[in-house]
Amino acid sequence: MLRFIARRFLETIPVVLIIITATFFMLRFVPGGPFTAEKAVTPEILRNLEAHYGLNKPLFQQYTDYLVSLLHGDLGPSFKYSNRTVNEIIADKLPVSLELGSLSLVVALVIGIPLGVIAAIRRNSWIDYLCSSFAMIGICVPTFVLGPLLVLFFAIHLGWMNASGWYSPVDRVLPCLTLGCVYAAYLARLTRGGMLEVLSLDYIRTARAKGASETRVIFRHALRGGLLPVVTFLGPAIAGILTGSFVIETIFQIPGLGREFITSVFNRDYTLVLGTVMLYAGLIIVLNLAVDIAQVWLNPKLKFE
Amino acid sequence: MVSLSPQSLPSADVSVDQLEHGSSPWHDAWMRLRKNRPAIVGAVVLIVITLLCIAGPWFSQSYREQDLQLVASAPSGAHWLGTDVLGRDLFARILFGGRISLMVGLVATVVALTIGVTYGAVAGFLGGKTDAVMMRIVDIIYALPFTIFVILLMVFMKGPAEHIDSWLRNTAHLDGWQGFGNILLLFAAIGAVEWLTMARIVRGQVLSIKRMEFIEAARALGYGRRRIIFRHIIPNVLGPIIVYATLTVPAVMLLEAFLSFLGLGVQPPMSSWGWLIKEGSEKMEEFWWLLVFPGGVFSLTLFSLNFLGDGLRDALDVRASKD
Repeated sequence: MLRFIARRFLETIPVVLIIITATFFMLRFVPGGPFTAEKAVTPEILRNLEAHYGLNKPLFQQYTDYLVSLLHGDLGPSFKYSNRTVNEIIADKLPVSLELGSLSLVVALVIGIPLGVIAAIRRNSWIDYLCSSFAMIGICVPTFVLGPLLVLFFAIHLGWMNASGWYSPVDRVLPCLTLGCVYAAYLARLTRGGMLEVLSLDYIRTARAKGASETRVIFRHALRGGLLPVVTFLGPAIAGILTGSFVIETIFQIPGLGREFITSVFNRDYTLVLGTVMLYAGLIIVLNLAVDIAQVWLNPKLKFE
Repeated sequence: MVSLSPQSLPSADVSVDQLEHGSSPWHDAWMRLRKNRPAIVGAVVLIVITLLCIAGPWFSQSYREQDLQLVASAPSGAHWLGTDVLGRDLFARILFGGRISLMVGLVATVVALTIGVTYGAVAGFLGGKTDAVMMRIVDIIYALPFTIFVILLMVFMKGPAEHIDSWLRNTAHLDGWQGFGNILLLFAAIGAVEWLTMARIVRGQVLSIKRMEFIEAARALGYGRRRIIFRHIIPNVLGPIIVYATLTVPAVMLLEAFLSFLGLGVQPPMSSWGWLIKEGSEKMEEFWWLLVFPGGVFSLTLFSLNFLGDGLRDALDVRASKD
């Protein structure tokens, strides 16, 4: 297993390097730099600014400089927020996004898995149909429609909570519910399918035949196999929740990294874009690896290869 | 999957006529699809929405026309779905936005389809080391945050988009096509990331079909490689391709709306459903209809496409390899 992890890590290095290189050079070929938006910058000031940030050096040297500072864990200064480094901005904003993301994942798991299990046990009952409709609604009503609708109803119409912001625990409810619901829907669908497949297998019949109670059959025997498709889906789900946070943070005005990333893309804040892209890519690669390991752990038939 | 109950049993009332002529697999699939009510309803809704979007703007008010007497008015007889803050008819804007959304969905899917089918077929045919390397690349890209790539691509290609726009305006003298460069960009950016699943599916299918006996038989009959590919392999892969193309369209439309919502996709004066939803969500506190109607139409379209896709999957009996 250690060899598997080590190999995957080694494989990751060139991938991340390619991402950095491609993003770095492509950003520089976009018309307009980070200082074009600022009004009335005289050529002298512009030159000084460029000298300050090292933008007047040859492009390739900028690239190698960046890589060297990267090895020291330094993501460079932000071009838009003077006197702030990318490290500071990420340290400031990432916890918010992580909180949003992990709470949403919890919402998705807590709603999705029980719903799928119940739907599979009570197949073709009203709860099964409810589950199917919920899954379909979750898949077809995107977060950027669901979120504003929830705000319209709960915050504006009923006045139960704030429409936006990230201060009190109540403020967490709507964003996490919005983001979590979509994935709860997928998870319910997958859990139901996985459970149905497992429940028809021979070893479940054996378990029932030897007199195990229905609860035991489901929780001890079926769930482990039935949740396999769910674990496979967790990789894409985590990536989706991360990118989904761009929209959620925009809707609910949450000061997280997702919104910062979109702003930095608009601002051509080269270093901040690079740093964030790298962070997201790294995060997703590591989490995918964790998902792969969990998969083998749950399913002894698979092997690390 | 959803309990759409795939009534895949062959119909009992097979006429003698049918028996004599036999029935093609496509005919069988059509018979199965016809019995799947959600899929048929989805198809009908989709056709109605598409026709309205294509023909509607010819008859209704222009999407740009402003009714300054009725600025931001609630739904009424004059404006069925109300007007926006500039006094433009929302119904006309939804229809016009639908053109863009549906077009992006369709064209980007074709782009993704072309890349994916070619890539997957090549990998499947060649097999061996080439296949291993090609699919490893797909695996690696799969693990990356591709939404982020689309966002970056949209920004990187701003320059080319502006070139296309100025070419359209100055050389081709096409007025009213402003912002079209950005839409072309969307096709490319979305197509560039959505082909991965298609490549995997096609490759898997080609790999298994390649080893089947009827291919061996075709080879034994002395048919050339091209004939085997086009007459024997491609028709057998067509089912999964159709199914996944149907399911890619909503995914692509979702991505387009996602980008437009963030302000990175379609730019005004063009509009798409995603853009309308963005506008609506900003103004919803006073003018709820600006959010509810575009969002509703968009969701309805996604519903229909997903039901149709699921129905086609059952009808063509495609075993999903990955879900």
